[in-house]
Amino acid sequence: MTSLSPPKGTGPLGRREARLAWGLLMPTIISVALVVILPLLSIFWISVKPVQLADLRAPAPVVRESLRGRPAAPSDPAQYEIRIRNSSQDKPILGVTLADTLPEGLTILAPDPRCTIDGAEIFCDFGDLEPGYRERMRMEAQVSQAFLDADPDLDASEPRLTYRSENILTNSEFTLDNFRRVFDGGEFWAVLWTTMFYTVFGTIGALVFGLFAAMLLNKSFKGQGVLRGLYLFPYVAPVIAVAFTWVTLFDPFSGSANALLLQMGVTQAPINFFGERPLALIMVTVFEIWRYFPLSFLFILARMQSIDTDMYEAADMDGASPFQKFWFLSLPQLLGILSVLFLLRFIWTFNKFDDIFLLTGGNAGTRTLTVNVYEQAFALANIGAGAAVAVVVFLCLLLFSVFFFKFISREEGL
Amino acid sequence: MGALRHGYVTAPLLGALWAFTIAVTVSVSFAFATGEAFKPSLWLSLLFGAAAGVIALKAPGRWTGVGVVSLAFALLGAAGFGAVLSGEGVSLGKTLLAGLCAGFFTALPLAVFLEDCTWGALTRHEFEEALIRFFTGIGYIFFTAIVVIPFYVMVMTSLKSQQALLQNPLDFSLELSKGWGLFRSYSELFADFGFGGYLMTSLLVSVATVAITLAFSVPGAYAVARLRFKGQAAFSRSILLIYMVPMIVLALPIYIVFSMVGLRNSIFGIILIYPVTTIPVALYMLQGYFRGLPAEVEEAGLMDGLSRLAVIWKITLPLSLPALASVSLYVFMIAWNEFLLAFMLLDDPSKFTLTRGVAMLNSSEIPRQHLMAGAVIATVPIMVLFLGLERFMTKGLTAGSVKG
Repeated sequence: MTSLSPPKGTGPLGRREARLAWGLLMPTIISVALVVILPLLSIFWISVKPVQLADLRAPAPVVRESLRGRPAAPSDPAQYEIRIRNSSQDKPILGVTLADTLPEGLTILAPDPRCTIDGAEIFCDFGDLEPGYRERMRMEAQVSQAFLDADPDLDASEPRLTYRSENILTNSEFTLDNFRRVFDGGEFWAVLWTTMFYTVFGTIGALVFGLFAAMLLNKSFKGQGVLRGLYLFPYVAPVIAVAFTWVTLFDPFSGSANALLLQMGVTQAPINFFGERPLALIMVTVFEIWRYFPLSFLFILARMQSIDTDMYEAADMDGASPFQKFWFLSLPQLLGILSVLFLLRFIWTFNKFDDIFLLTGGNAGTRTLTVNVYEQAFALANIGAGAAVAVVVFLCLLLFSVFFFKFISREEGL
Repeated sequence: MGALRHGYVTAPLLGALWAFTIAVTVSVSFAFATGEAFKPSLWLSLLFGAAAGVIALKAPGRWTGVGVVSLAFALLGAAGFGAVLSGEGVSLGKTLLAGLCAGFFTALPLAVFLEDCTWGALTRHEFEEALIRFFTGIGYIFFTAIVVIPFYVMVMTSLKSQQALLQNPLDFSLELSKGWGLFRSYSELFADFGFGGYLMTSLLVSVATVAITLAFSVPGAYAVARLRFKGQAAFSRSILLIYMVPMIVLALPIYIVFSMVGLRNSIFGIILIYPVTTIPVALYMLQGYFRGLPAEVEEAGLMDGLSRLAVIWKITLPLSLPALASVSLYVFMIAWNEFLLAFMLLDDPSKFTLTRGVAMLNSSEIPRQHLMAGAVIATVPIMVLFLGLERFMTKGLTAGSVKG
């Protein structure tokens, strides 16, 4: 008897579809792997390497060839000079050899013992160069009239160099110093606390203000579209423009905000908004709220406008007051989008770098983890330590996203 | 709470608070507009506000009340007892005008807030309606102020001269007599700092980013949305994960690699990196849209002998033009506003993007108005685009801007 159950497994058509799908996705997968996954993995590698900003350029021999003695006639004495030096002050270069073609009419009379000459070809073996090594190698030479007439540039024929130099990034030297540096002292905990303050208050603030703004605009009146566009300005404008505007506005000496406060008698002396210790952190958090309330406003407004009005009519019939309607009807409806927004904004605020970097540069107690990555890697020129902070950032995020996926899968929309 | 719900308490209370809000608003706007000394008086504005609240409730007609309060505020202000106090050197005309504004904007909204209220006990509805209208009014003023003030300062500062700024940081009045001289900062930026070139670079980079992003994400989004393959669900989820990765973490290794292969300081390197940061967002946005398209149309196309790729090209894409517009605008905005990578990877002033160029202006040797002019130059194109195509932009923002 033949079975009547549906076919199992994938048929040829299904396989073809899957192949096409992977083909269409391949460019994305490859590019994302190259620019996101690979750097992420390399961060772990770099974080255990003792690598400084200056180490990024591997040591290389620097060579110049020239003719000394200014020969004016073919019989004049001349020297052929090779200047060689090690570009690095603290790392050796191994097995350096040089090969070059001598210009026509130049004959070397007494080659250096390290060099051999074969026709117009010169080959020198310099062996190992110590750190900071430099030498001028001179050889007696003779020039012909043709050479003098042509007056060729000796550097024009690029010398062919072979050498081995150790790149700190690829050798087998490992260290835990970077992590020790990062966790050393109370600094790390201060940075972590700053990050948490900034993230939690920035996120909640942006949500609360977004909710208020959405409630304002959740009715139709003339100019509603204009106001909605206006309220999106802080988010749409380039961060660099608005951040510098805030810095200008709150400047302690020539800022309008201080001038205004002084004039109104709120304060007696100018306030250094971005330069004083708790205030600077509060100010960058306020900036974060200001810049991202439009985003939550947009989401919440979209959700509000999709709430069924029947419910409110029923509530009106039952005599519910406006506050009761908000508290018992609107808010529960908005809870879903609010929690999704909270999670996403939490992670994004945690990741934020540009804003604080532009406003305070991480000074005055505003150094968050992401700013610390930059600070360690570039300001202190210690790439390894920067990578170690980046690893910490990444692990925090991993933690968040595990939580996020557990939670978000139950939520609508995303 | 119960005691508050009487017209004779609610009206003066809301009136006092509202009058103070208006006094602050009027002083700040007059100070910003004229640069002269205006300040709100806390006690006087509370007092007069309370009176205005009572008048709003008791006045026989709305406009009589408004007229009386406006005139009273103006005259009191001129006498030196106003809700808005003017300092030395402020002309009588401006003082009168400030008082008139304060009175008018106190009285008229108050009349609206207290529309349904009566002198005696109020029902919960009447009371809460009045309160909500009051808070709505405060909300409009507050949000408009916090958004408008920074942009106003940005534009006005760029039109001032250094001395004028240091002399009175509050004076944003334009010296119209200077004519085209007002735009000196701008002409210097274009002539001496090469901002014309930066504009072109930014435009080139942003457009290239949009093109490459679309070329990569359209097929990818289609595959995730329509085709069945193993790992489809996992894939559409991990897209979200990708944009949880902070840029600074990626920027470090990218900086190292670019330094080693010599891609730093090249526009090519930037164009190589930017699209990858936007592809996941674009893919996520597009697949959501593709899922919403009716599959039957595509199946009809397949039946008629089109290949899958032809279906995408001839059916899906024309149907999703609005979504493509939104995604393009959103990606353009990200690329245009991008700062971190440009800052780290570009050192050569001849290859700067606009944001990197503005960052260069932030030094103590370059005057503030140049920095602000640079900020305006960076902001205006994206704003024009945003206002012109707001419908698409807003849609793009809601669909994609879990990122930010």
